[in-house]
Amino acid sequence: MFYREAGDFKTSYAADQSILSIKLDRYFVIGLIAFGVIVVPMIGNDYWLGSLLIPVLVLSIAALGLNILTGYAGQLSLGTGAFMATGAYMAYKVATNLAFLGAPVAIIIGGLSAAFAGVLFGLPSLRIKGFYLAVTTLAAQFFLLWLFTHVDWFVNYSISGVPSIPPMEFFGVLISGAEATTEARYLFVLGFAIILGLAARNLARCKMGRGWMAIRDMDIAAEIIGIDPLKAKLSAFAISSFYCGVAGALWAFCFINTVEPGAYDINRSFQILFMVIIGGLGSILGSFLGAAFIVLLPIFLNNAPQWIGLNLTSDVISHMEIMIFGALIVFFLIVEPHGLARLWQIAKEKLRRWPFPY
Amino acid sequence: MTETNTNSRIGEELLSVNNIDLSFGGVKALTDISFNINKGEIRSIIGPNGAGKSSMLNVINGFYQPQVGHVRFKGKDYTPMRPALAAKSGIARTFQNIALFKGMSTLDNIMTGRYLKMHSSFIEQALYIGRAKREELEHREKVEEIIDFLEIEAIRKTPVGRLPYGLQKRVELARALAMEPELLLLDEPMAGMNLEEKEDMSRYIIDVNEQFGTTIALIEHDMGVVMDLSDRVVVLDYGRKLADGSPDEVSSNQDVIDAYLGVSH
Amino acid sequence: MEFLYSIFVTPFVEMWTAPEFLAEVVLGGLMSGIMYSLVALGFVLIFKASGVFNFAQGVMVLFAALNFVGLIDAGLPIVVALIATILIMVALAFAIERVVLRNLVNQEHIILFMATIGIAYFLEGLGEMIWGGDVRPLNIGLPDDVWFVGDILIQQSEVFAAAVAGSLVIALSLFFQYTRTGRALRAVADDHQAALSVGIPLNHIWIVVWAVAGLVALVAGIMWGSKFWVQFSLSTIALKALPVLILGGFTSIPGAIIGGLIIGAGEKVAEVFWGAAYGGAIEEWFAYVLALIFLFFRPQGLFGEKIIERV
Repeated sequence: MFYREAGDFKTSYAADQSILSIKLDRYFVIGLIAFGVIVVPMIGNDYWLGSLLIPVLVLSIAALGLNILTGYAGQLSLGTGAFMATGAYMAYKVATNLAFLGAPVAIIIGGLSAAFAGVLFGLPSLRIKGFYLAVTTLAAQFFLLWLFTHVDWFVNYSISGVPSIPPMEFFGVLISGAEATTEARYLFVLGFAIILGLAARNLARCKMGRGWMAIRDMDIAAEIIGIDPLKAKLSAFAISSFYCGVAGALWAFCFINTVEPGAYDINRSFQILFMVIIGGLGSILGSFLGAAFIVLLPIFLNNAPQWIGLNLTSDVISHMEIMIFGALIVFFLIVEPHGLARLWQIAKEKLRRWPFPY
Repeated sequence: MTETNTNSRIGEELLSVNNIDLSFGGVKALTDISFNINKGEIRSIIGPNGAGKSSMLNVINGFYQPQVGHVRFKGKDYTPMRPALAAKSGIARTFQNIALFKGMSTLDNIMTGRYLKMHSSFIEQALYIGRAKREELEHREKVEEIIDFLEIEAIRKTPVGRLPYGLQKRVELARALAMEPELLLLDEPMAGMNLEEKEDMSRYIIDVNEQFGTTIALIEHDMGVVMDLSDRVVVLDYGRKLADGSPDEVSSNQDVIDAYLGVSH
Repeated sequence: MEFLYSIFVTPFVEMWTAPEFLAEVVLGGLMSGIMYSLVALGFVLIFKASGVFNFAQGVMVLFAALNFVGLIDAGLPIVVALIATILIMVALAFAIERVVLRNLVNQEHIILFMATIGIAYFLEGLGEMIWGGDVRPLNIGLPDDVWFVGDILIQQSEVFAAAVAGSLVIALSLFFQYTRTGRALRAVADDHQAALSVGIPLNHIWIVVWAVAGLVALVAGIMWGSKFWVQFSLSTIALKALPVLILGGFTSIPGAIIGGLIIGAGEKVAEVFWGAAYGGAIEEWFAYVLALIFLFFRPQGLFGEKIIERV
C-alpha cells in the first residue's frame, strides 16, 4: 500500500540503470542521509554518537571493503584486520611527519598503503582459491601486525608502542585527538562512509563489478569472455584493502585516538567477516546492516537480561555473545545466505501489500 | 576455395587449424587435425563421444595448448592462442555445461559480454560519470537489441540461476553474441533440449548467421540438425579426422557410417 | 651490513659451533610439530571425507580437552572421564550433522567453510560457559621423565606423543584405503549428490567422520593439555594447523604429519637462530609465510593430488 513499485515507469535506460531506480527507495535513502547529517548530530548525545554510531560507520567501511573482496569477487580473506592496521599505521606516519597534508589526505594515503599490501598478499589468489587463499591472508594478518609491533619506525620510535593521534583539523574543525568534539568526528566519519558507500555501489554495477562477479561465479567462462582474472582479482584486493585501510585509519583517528595493534588483531578480521555474512554477501546495504547488527548485539545482550529481571555476570554474557555470533553465522548461511539485506528486501515485498494482503 | 563456396554469403578463409596434436599426459586427444572455417559459413564438428570435439574447440579458443600444430585466425598465426587473446580477436563461445554467472541477472550476464568494449577508468566508474555512465547506457541499448532478438525480455532482471535449462542456454548464446564475435563457437547448443526448443535454437543460429553474418562452428549430436544447418561438416573419431565436406558428402562417406554404426574389424 | 651478517652468517655459525643445541632445538620443534600434525590430521580427515574445510578443528581440540579435564576435576576417575568425553565428542558429531551439515548439502565449499567458523565460535563460547576460562593443568600420568642420547635431552612424553601420532596415522590410512566405509568416504568427498545417488548414506558417513575427527581432537587435546595445560590459547595455536595443511596437501594423511614436523622444526629454528635479528616473535608468522611462499611453487602441497581443470 505505502511502498509501491507499480506505476513507477521508466522511459529511458538511464532511469532504469540509476542506483535507486524505485522512487520510494530514492526518497528513503536521501531522507536517511539528510537525517544522518543534520538531525542526528543535533539530537544524539555523546554515548550514541561516540560509542555507537562512529564504530558502526567505521566498521561499515571495513565491511564494505571485505564485501567487495568476498561478496563480489568471491575471494575469502581472513586478513581484514591487518589491512586496517596498515591503513592506521601509515596514516599515523603521514599525520605526524607530513602534518601539512591534513587528515583526509593522511587517511587516504593510509588506504593506498593498505591497497598496496592487499595486492601483495593477493598475488597468490592468481594460483589458488578458497581456503588456500584464506591461509595466505592469515599470513598477512600475522606478518603485518608483527611488523607494526616490532619495527619502531611505524610508531615514530614511541616507547609505549601505542602512540596517540595528533589533533588534526578539517576546514578549521578538530576531527581527531582527544580535544575533537564527538559531533565533528561523527560527521567526518559519516562523510567517508557516504562517499565510499556510493563509490562501492557504483563500482559494483559498472564494468569492474561485473568483472568481479564473473570471476566469482565462473572464472573460466569469465576468462573466455575476455575478463583478465589477474586484473579482476588484484583490483578487488586493492580496492577492498583500500576501504579496510581507510576504516583502520578512521578507527584510530576518530574513535580510539591511538594506534594500537590490539584493535586490528585476528578477532577483528573475524568480526568484519561476520558482518559481511550476516549483513549479506554481495550487498552494499548489507555491509552497513551487518556492521550495525554486530556492534549493537553485544550492547543489547548486556542490557536485555536486566530488562527481564535476569542478573548474569559479565563473563557469562561475553561467552553467550560468542555462542550467539557462532550460531547466527550458521543460521544465516543455512537460512538466508544473502543476510539481512535480503530480509530487508523481503520486508519491502511484504510492505507492498500491507495492510491489505489480497 | 572449396566447392561449397557457391553461396554468396560465404567468403574466404577465416580460421584454420593445421596439424594439431594434443595430448594429456600420455593420452592423445587429437592427432594431426587440420581443417578450416570460411567467413560466413556454419561449420559443424561431429563425432562419437570422446572423439575430441570439445578439445578441438578448446584448442581454437586457447584453453588448451596443442603440442604440435598451429591456429590461424584472420590470416594471423596465433601460437600459442590464449583465451584472452581469442576473446580480444573476436572469438566467442558457449559451453557444453552451461557456464553462466549464476549470481547475476540475465541483463548483467549479457552485459559482461560487452566487457572488452568498455574503456572507462576506475575513477569514472566509482563516480559513475563521463565515459562510465555513457558506456553503461550505450551498451545497455546494444544488449537490449540482443535481448529482443532472442526473445528473453521477460527474464531480463531474473538471476540466471533460477532460469530453466533451455532459457539458460539462450542467455549463454546472448552473452556470446554481445561480444559481437566474428567466430562463434557453440558447444552442443541443443544438448538436453526437447524438439520445440531445438527448433527455436536452430532458428536463432540461422538468424545469427544470416543477420549478423557471424561465422559459426558448432558441435552437435543431433544429425538432423547438423545436416540441415551446416554448410560443411568435419567428422572426428578417436581424435583423428575422418571426413570433411558438405553434409551430403559426409553422410555418404563409408568411414563415417562405420564409425557411427560400428563395424566388425 | 651488520643486518645481513645476522641473517646469512651468524645463525649458521651458531648452528655449526653448537650442534647439540641445534639438535635440541630441532627436536623441540618436531615435538610441537607433532601437536600441529594431530590437529591437521583432524582437518584432513574431514576434508577427505566430506570436502568440508573444518575451521573448527582447533576449537574441537580445546573443547575435548576442556571437557576431559573438567570431568576429571569434578572427581570422575580418568577412565570414566575419558569415556564420557568420547561420548560427548560423538554427540557433538551428531549435533553438527543434524543442525549444520544436513542443511548445507551441496552448497559451495566456501559456504561450508564459513559455517565451520560459526561452529568454532559457538563451541568456544559453549566450552567457556560450561567450564570457565581458567587455565587448568591436565595430569593423567603420562611419562614425564627425560632420556639422554649423548648430550641431547629428550622428553619421554614427547616420544610418547610421537608414538601415538604414528599409530593414529597408520590406523587411519588403513581405514581409508581398505574398508568399505573408507571408500564411501572418498566418494562423498568427490561429489555429495553423486554419492547419494549410488546409495551412500551421506548423513551416516558424516557422523562417522566427524566423530573420528572428534576423537583425534581428543587425543590431540590430551597430549597438548598435559604439556601446556588446557587453556584458550590452544585454539589459536591450532590455527597453525592451516599452514601445515598447505604444506602437506589437504587430502594426505602422511602429509599432515610431515607438514607438521617441517613447520614445527622450521619455526623453532627460525625463532632461535634468526629471531633476534628481527626483534623476536617471528614464530607468530613464520609458518604462514612459509606456507604462502610454498603455495607459489606447489599449490597442491607435498602430497596432494594435482588439480586438473576441465572446461
